Amino acid sequence: MKTLIITIFLFLTLVSANFAQIVVSADGPISSLSEAIELADHGAHIVVESGTYRESQILITKKVTLTGVDLPVIDGNQSGNIFVVRADSVVIDGFKIQNTGRSYIRDYAAVLIEGVSDFEIKHNQIDNVFFGIYLAETKRGLVTNNTIHSYDLREASSGNGIYLWSVEDPVITHNTVSGMRDGIYLEFATNAQIYDNISNHNNRYGLHYMFSNGGRYDRNQLRQNGAGVAVMYSDDVDMTNNRFEHNWGSSAYGLLIKDIRNSTISGNRFYRNTVAIYSEGSTNVDIHGNDIELNGWAVNIKSNSARNRFTDNNFIENSLDVRTDSPRNNNFFDGNYWSHYEGYDLEGDGIGDVPYRPVSLFSMIIERQPESLILLRSMFIRLLDSAERIMPVLTPKTLMDENPKMQRISRIL
Amino acid sequence: MKLLTHIVKNEWKSLLRGKWVIGYGLIFLLLTDSLLRFGGGGAETLLSISNVMLLFIPLVGMIYGILYIYQSKEFVELLLTQPINRRVLYWGLYLGIATPLMSAFIIGAALPLAWHNILLLDGSSAALVLGLGGILTLIFVALGFVLGLFFYDDRIKGFGFTIVIWLFLAILYDGLILLMVFAFGNYPLDRFVIIVSMLNPIDLARILVMLEFDISALMGYTGAVFNRFFGSNLGILVSGGMLAIWLALPSWIGLRVFNKKDF
Repeated sequence: MKTLIITIFLFLTLVSANFAQIVVSADGPISSLSEAIELADHGAHIVVESGTYRESQILITKKVTLTGVDLPVIDGNQSGNIFVVRADSVVIDGFKIQNTGRSYIRDYAAVLIEGVSDFEIKHNQIDNVFFGIYLAETKRGLVTNNTIHSYDLREASSGNGIYLWSVEDPVITHNTVSGMRDGIYLEFATNAQIYDNISNHNNRYGLHYMFSNGGRYDRNQLRQNGAGVAVMYSDDVDMTNNRFEHNWGSSAYGLLIKDIRNSTISGNRFYRNTVAIYSEGSTNVDIHGNDIELNGWAVNIKSNSARNRFTDNNFIENSLDVRTDSPRNNNFFDGNYWSHYEGYDLEGDGIGDVPYRPVSLFSMIIERQPESLILLRSMFIRLLDSAERIMPVLTPKTLMDENPKMQRISRIL
Repeated sequence: MKLLTHIVKNEWKSLLRGKWVIGYGLIFLLLTDSLLRFGGGGAETLLSISNVMLLFIPLVGMIYGILYIYQSKEFVELLLTQPINRRVLYWGLYLGIATPLMSAFIIGAALPLAWHNILLLDGSSAALVLGLGGILTLIFVALGFVLGLFFYDDRIKGFGFTIVIWLFLAILYDGLILLMVFAFGNYPLDRFVIIVSMLNPIDLARILVMLEFDISALMGYTGAVFNRFFGSNLGILVSGGMLAIWLALPSWIGLRVFNKKDF
C-alpha cells in the first residue's frame, strides 16, 4: 500500500512537472523568456503574456513549449539571434519576433534551430530580420503559418526567409515570406515538403533549391521575385500546382532548372514571366500539364538539356514560344496546345494535322540582334516566321510538336 | 460650332443610309465574336483583334477617306459656293466620316467583348486595343483625305499611292528597320530603333500593344535604354505623345490643302 501511494505520488509529480506551466509577463515575477526557460523542467509549457520583451540569444536546451498570448513582441535589439533551439521537440507558437542582428560574418536569425528534430515553429510574425527561420542539420520538424518580412532591398546584405541547411524531411507550409534575399532556400535538404506558401517580392529567388533531392513543392505562390525560382543540382523533385507569376528582368525566370534529373513539373501556372521555364543541363524532367500564359519566352532550353518531355501543356500567347541555342534537339515536345499554331485538323480528332515548330525565326533573330525585339508582333516578322515554318532553314528541324492540340486543354480542378 | 455639328450630323445620316459603315462594324462584331467563341481566352482574342486592327484599319481608313473625297466632289464643290467658312466645312466633313468609322470599329468589337465578359475581366487591355483602333482610324482617314485632295483629279494615282503608303507603313517599314539593325549590328542601336519605330503610326500602336501584352519579354533584353524606356511610364508617355502628334499632323495638312485649294 505504501509503495503504491509513493508510486502514485511520484507519478503525479512527474506528470505535474510535465505539464507545469510557467507564465511570463512583463510585470510578473518572471519577466524574461531566458529566465523562464532556465526555471522550466523538461517538457514544460511556458506561456508568454502580451507585451514587449527585449531579449536576444534566447537559448533553448530542453524540450519546452513556448506559447505567446496575443502576439507578445520579442525584440532582439539588433544583436545576435533571437531564439536558438538546441533541444528536440521544441514548440514556438504565436510570437512577433523582430530586429535580429546583422552581420557579414554570422547568419543571425529570428529562430535558429540546430541539430535537433521534431520542432514546431508556428503562427509567428517575424519582422525586420537578417535571416528568418534557420534550420541547420535538423530532422523532421514543422514550420507553418509564419509571416516573415524584411526591408533590405540589396541582394548582398539581406538574408533568407526560411533557410534549410542539411536537413531531412522538413515540412514547410502556409508561410508568407517577402522582402528577403531568398524566400525559401534549401541547401542539402532531403525530402522537403513545401506546401501552400506565399513567397513574393524577394530580392533574389522566391524558392531556391541547391543539392536538395527528393520531396515536393506544391500549391505555392511565387510572384514578383527578383529572379523567380531556381532548382539546381537536385534530383527527384516534384514541382506541382504552383503559381509562378510576374517575375521580370533580364535574368528573371518563372522557374530556372539547372542540372536537375528525374523531376516532375506539372499542374503549374506560369503567368507573365520574362522566361517561364529556363533549362540548363537538365535531364529526364517531365513538364506536363502546365499553363504557360503571356510570358516573354515560354521555354528557353539550352542544348545541354536532354530527354526532357513537354506534354499536354497550354502555351498561350507567349511573346515567343521556345528558344534554344543549337540546331539539334534532344528534347521531346508532344500533344501541347500552342495558341500560335496555324495548322488545321481535317480528321476532326482535335489534333492538328501538321506539326508545330515552336522555335520561330524571329527568336533566332533576337538571339543575334537583341534590338530587333522592338519588331515583336509586327506583320513583317509574322510573314518571315510563316515562311520559315513552311520551309525550315535556320530553325531546328527536329524541334517540333507532332501532335499539337487544336483546343486549349482544359484542366479539371 | 452649330454649323459644324450640322455638317457632322448630315454626314452621319447619309453614311448610315449607305449602310457601308454598319457592314464594317458587323464585320468586327462577327470577327470578335467568333474569335472569342473558338479562340479561347481574353488575352488571346484581344491580341488577334489588335493584329487585325494594326493591319486593316489603316487600309480601310485611307481608302475610305480618299473614296469620300472622290465620291462627294460635286457635293463639296456645291457647299463651297455657299458662304461657309472653309475650315468649318473641312472639320465637318472629316469628323463626319471619321467618327462613324471609328465608332463602327469600337462598337463592333466592344459588344462581343462585353457579352463574353472580357470588358470586365481585362478592361484596361480591351480599352487600349479599342482606343488604339479608334485613333488609327482617325489618323488614316485624315491621310486618305490628304491624298484625295492632293490627287483630286487623278483617281488612279490617288488609289495607287494609298496602297503603296499602306504597304510601306504596315509591312515594309519594319523590314527596313530589321535590315538596318542587321547592317549596323555592331553599333548600339537601342535608341535608334526606338526613334525610328516612333515615326510610323502603325509601329507606335504596335509598341503600345506590346507594352500591354509583352512587357515581360521586353524586360528580358539587357539594354539599358530599352529598360528605361519600356520599364517606366516613359514608354507609354512618349508613344502616346507621338500618337497625338500623328493625330494632329495629317488632319492639319489636310486642312491647309483644303484651305488653299482652287476647286
